[in-house]
Amino acid sequence: MLKLEKLNKSFNGHRVLDSISTTFPEHETTVILGPSGSGKSTLLRSLNLLERPESGLYRFDDELFDFAKGFSTKEVLKIRRKTEMVFQDYNLFPHLTVLKNITEGPIQVLHEKSDPAKKRAQELLKKVGLGDKAAVYPNQLSGGQAQRVAIARSLAMKPEYVLLDEPTSALDPELELEVLKVLRQLAQEKQSLIIVTHNMAFAREVAERVLFIENGHVLFDGSNQDFFNTKNKRIVDFISAMTFENI
Amino acid sequence: MWDIITNALPQLIAAGLKYTIPIAIISFLIGLVLALLTALVRISKKGGAFYVLKAIVRFYVWLFRSTPLLVQLFIVYFGLPYLKISGLAPEGIKLTPLVAGILTFSLNTGAYCSETMRAAILSIPKGQWEAAYSIGMTRALALRRIILPQAIRVSLPPLANSFISLVKDTSLAASITIVEMFEVSQQIAAQNYQPLVMYCLVAALYAVACSLLSWLQGYLEKVTSRYVSNAN
Repeated sequence: MLKLEKLNKSFNGHRVLDSISTTFPEHETTVILGPSGSGKSTLLRSLNLLERPESGLYRFDDELFDFAKGFSTKEVLKIRRKTEMVFQDYNLFPHLTVLKNITEGPIQVLHEKSDPAKKRAQELLKKVGLGDKAAVYPNQLSGGQAQRVAIARSLAMKPEYVLLDEPTSALDPELELEVLKVLRQLAQEKQSLIIVTHNMAFAREVAERVLFIENGHVLFDGSNQDFFNTKNKRIVDFISAMTFENI
Repeated sequence: MWDIITNALPQLIAAGLKYTIPIAIISFLIGLVLALLTALVRISKKGGAFYVLKAIVRFYVWLFRSTPLLVQLFIVYFGLPYLKISGLAPEGIKLTPLVAGILTFSLNTGAYCSETMRAAILSIPKGQWEAAYSIGMTRALALRRIILPQAIRVSLPPLANSFISLVKDTSLAASITIVEMFEVSQQIAAQNYQPLVMYCLVAALYAVACSLLSWLQGYLEKVTSRYVSNAN
């Protein structure tokens, strides 16, 4: 269970996250929605400690951390191993083959032996439909393939949560579908996912929980069904605008 | 003329193999280590006592980039014997010509290459650091496994330039009595009164050495860029 309490974050005096409190249950898919600049990505990056809110509490299972007091290096590494990030721009390591991109973390960070790490990497590549791409370099992949490798790389670390920051927004619709299929499969397997996305159709299909943020505030935090049936005018307007955009 | 060349060539090559090439290689390797350490200090985000260290390395880079190499050689070889430090070096710091040469060339190369390395490290996109951090890497591990291998590719052409310059600059070692290739050519020219032939000959030998290094640079660029050139 990952829980945030009263998270505050500002950039140059502008409040981006304003007293955000929410819970991300395990084995569920939570989709974070909201207009551009609402603080979605900052919230997601705060979960992986790539951003450090000025104040707020971060609870991971039984452990409680205080952003105001800061984190020790050991705590940062511990949290990052439990929460793997998938980036909008993939951020694959260009000098390493696809296989090495996936085994780098397990071997260098988790100190796994090379052979089992490679075997698991091959399994993960098959899972994301790229079993034949182990030996190629990232620049030989399409955007959709690169993002699937990035997902496999995050899964190789056996994280409790996979955090995806607009994983398909840099892709054209055909390539987007490849990635969404993989995410749908992970959601069905009950991998804990927290996804920032603009794709309403996908959010409606895979999300169990929806978090709607605007101007750094949580406007909605509840089930998928409640979100898409809400009478809240702002949310209804957002859904219709985004659904139109997706068409 | 061929007699002059065939007589002088073995002596010049011997001096090149004994002094010019070893001085260049050793100085460059020490300079690279210095450059990497200097670059790491300069890009470090640590505060406190690190500010003092940052100021020191900034001064070092400024000093060696702002003064002529020949002057630096003279200060180290001819000047340091007059620097008397009670307790440590009451008789002054007296270095052999070879040690003084290697020390000066290393410090000079380190100052120039540190800027190359700093720029190369800073040119790697922030997303690479973040991806490394995200899989649980420490800053040191991210630097070693993810950032430096990419930065080396970026810095290879300017570093190779620095090495080629260094090979030619070793001729200045003649001024502190090291009997390297240029010094030998001067000695032979003083005996056979053929300065034009001798200096052209030694220039040709430097050109051959630097051409080989240029070829090596091309090969290394090809090897380290294989993940870039494989694009569809």
